[in-house]
Amino acid sequence: MKLTGAEILIESLKKEGVKHIFGYPGGVVLNIFDVLYGEKDLELILTRHEQGATHAADGYARATGKPGVVLVTSGPGATNIVTGLATAYMDSIPMVAITGQVSTMLIGNDAFQEADIVGITRPCTKYNFLVKDVADLARTIKEAFFIATTGRPGPVLIDIPKDVTVSKAEFKYPDSVDIRSYRPNLKGNIWQIKQAAATIAKAKRPVIIAGGGVIISGAAEELKELAEMTKVPVTLTMMGLGGFPGDHKLCLGMLGMHGTYFANMAVHNADLLIAIGMRFDDRVTGKVEGFASNAKIIHVDIDPTSIRKNVRVDVPIVGDVKHVLKDLNKVIKEEPGESWPAIRKSWLQHIEDWKAENPMSYDQDDVIKPQFVVEKIYEVTKGDAIIATEVGQNQMWAAQFFKFKKPRTWLSSGGLGTMGYGFPAAIGAQMAFPNKLVFDIAGDGSIQMNIQELATAVLHNLPVKVAILNNCYLGMVRQWQELFFGERYSSTCLIGTPDFCKVAEAYGAVGLRASKPSEVEGVIREAIKVKKPVFMDFVCDQFEKVYPMVPAGAAINEMLLRPKAEAPAAKKKLKAVK
Amino acid sequence: MRHIISVLVENKFGVLSRVSGLFSGRGYNIEAISVGATLDPQVAQMTIVTKGDDNIIEQITKQLNKLIDVIKVTDLTDFDHVEREMVLIKVAPKAENRAEALRVAEIFRADVVDSSPKTYTIQVTGDEKKIDAIIDLLRPLGVKEVVRTGKVAIAREKQPAATV
Repeated sequence: MKLTGAEILIESLKKEGVKHIFGYPGGVVLNIFDVLYGEKDLELILTRHEQGATHAADGYARATGKPGVVLVTSGPGATNIVTGLATAYMDSIPMVAITGQVSTMLIGNDAFQEADIVGITRPCTKYNFLVKDVADLARTIKEAFFIATTGRPGPVLIDIPKDVTVSKAEFKYPDSVDIRSYRPNLKGNIWQIKQAAATIAKAKRPVIIAGGGVIISGAAEELKELAEMTKVPVTLTMMGLGGFPGDHKLCLGMLGMHGTYFANMAVHNADLLIAIGMRFDDRVTGKVEGFASNAKIIHVDIDPTSIRKNVRVDVPIVGDVKHVLKDLNKVIKEEPGESWPAIRKSWLQHIEDWKAENPMSYDQDDVIKPQFVVEKIYEVTKGDAIIATEVGQNQMWAAQFFKFKKPRTWLSSGGLGTMGYGFPAAIGAQMAFPNKLVFDIAGDGSIQMNIQELATAVLHNLPVKVAILNNCYLGMVRQWQELFFGERYSSTCLIGTPDFCKVAEAYGAVGLRASKPSEVEGVIREAIKVKKPVFMDFVCDQFEKVYPMVPAGAAINEMLLRPKAEAPAAKKKLKAVK
Repeated sequence: MRHIISVLVENKFGVLSRVSGLFSGRGYNIEAISVGATLDPQVAQMTIVTKGDDNIIEQITKQLNKLIDVIKVTDLTDFDHVEREMVLIKVAPKAENRAEALRVAEIFRADVVDSSPKTYTIQVTGDEKKIDAIIDLLRPLGVKEVVRTGKVAIAREKQPAATV
């Protein structure tokens, strides 16, 4: 039977197992939305901005591992998703974005709501398509999902002109796809893996740096096995949080610019780095010349371009993290018995000393400290929640003080650092897991970047809990201005911020406020009790800073630590990250 | 160091833009690029001349390989290869130099493919040295315009033992 392009699109999405689409209608996608009308197997979640749709699809993808799907119109609809695509691209998130396009005969004519979205998104998608013939549509969708979800995942865009949605073709969804120029390599080279095993056995001061690749490939178990078997401490990149239990005794927390003192010291003094599914981003390495200069580096990544891009590598292994770690663990097990605990004893002791020297800390006095809020959320939820964040101080405090135990519970824009990401991402995650607790840890700046999605959350009854660490500033930028620009707070003071509780109420959500430390826990408990979206406005210390901090251009052992003046001995030192 | 990289790509719309966008987006330098069909109409051949240290060239070849539409990347610099470029040179010599212009063309085994009362258009094919040399000789005679194709290159069938 012949179907229209719009029908083929929707049938194809169903064949791919898609249940939710995040989108926004418009002129050239009217036919597609018409097919969606009354559709039972496929729900369209109408966001209030196309950017919100992409971040929601992204959050959905990070929380589930399944590709997020976005559907928007041409021109401004399409250009509004660029930030969401770039966010997903930088963090290797599988996503399929469908944009409407003006009719094929109008393309290139500067038609109404025309934008060359394929041209615009070429550098921020893994691949993109313009479908000019309805006969190619089904195969294109199959290829798009294949490319988005395999290898190093990423967003793929399909641009569909209006006339293609109306034209008819025989519908046959391909069972499989083979692209001769795209065959990702999953298995690592076994000789290299044996080299890696031998190198680990010889190392005196090894550290594992695990990144987002561990989560994407579902290799948390394999990573844990490797770390526990060889007694190697694990530090995580921000993207890797959740890939190794944050409360594990071998866990050093996050490394890098705002990493823990002990993680950065361990990496700096290591004689071997085992880098797994990470890409040595500049926020991780600090000054490259001073980065772990005495360490050999084993680097496992599915993307060959990640290897030797920023740092020298001694044992490169190209492959999927799960496959490689399985093989590596097997090789190590077959080695005649190393006494790992004995070999590692002094190194692990060294790390314990660093932990004792400078644990993660802050001082809770009579003003709410943002770190205190994050710790309370962790305590109250017992760590069993999905945490999205915005970008800036809120993100770093969440990364530092919430101990993520499981993969896919941490949703945060790492590579692009997109403010306004967290709230729609939390909505997407809540859509996928209606019964889980989903938080967005936000700042008063970031939350205003996609605050309109309150309507989406209320309408779809998605009880997302937004914790606004309200310090009346764009805190991270303010922190840099304080430390490096002589306290000249240029454009970082957010005068004119609305009353977030009233905003929430105006949308039909719930607003709660805590102005004193003693109110924090009560507000969190109340928010969890309410089966509605909640904005929690935590009136926080305006001048609290994120520590440790590696200044731009410094090596990661050259951290700014919390000044002692800010931490009088009389005040209670709060728990360290274990 | 200068590298000459041969890239086989799917002959699809937008592929050249993906390749050139990769170079501009990552700050790599393209000295010359030429694109043409191959025996298989679905496959096109790009020849890219670029410069960079070993790390940059390694990244360039890896990044090219990562593009979905790229089928094969070969750094011909690693191989014994032949490279050629064709150039059209329009000279406008003074009357007393017209014979000299023709003599230069003959020395380089170049062809005169167009002539007018005031100009000759000379077509020459060869490697970089030869082309630079003929342009140098013609310049004092009055070169009006030069159009170059960019390089094309192919590996020699017989490779020295070390590189095979």
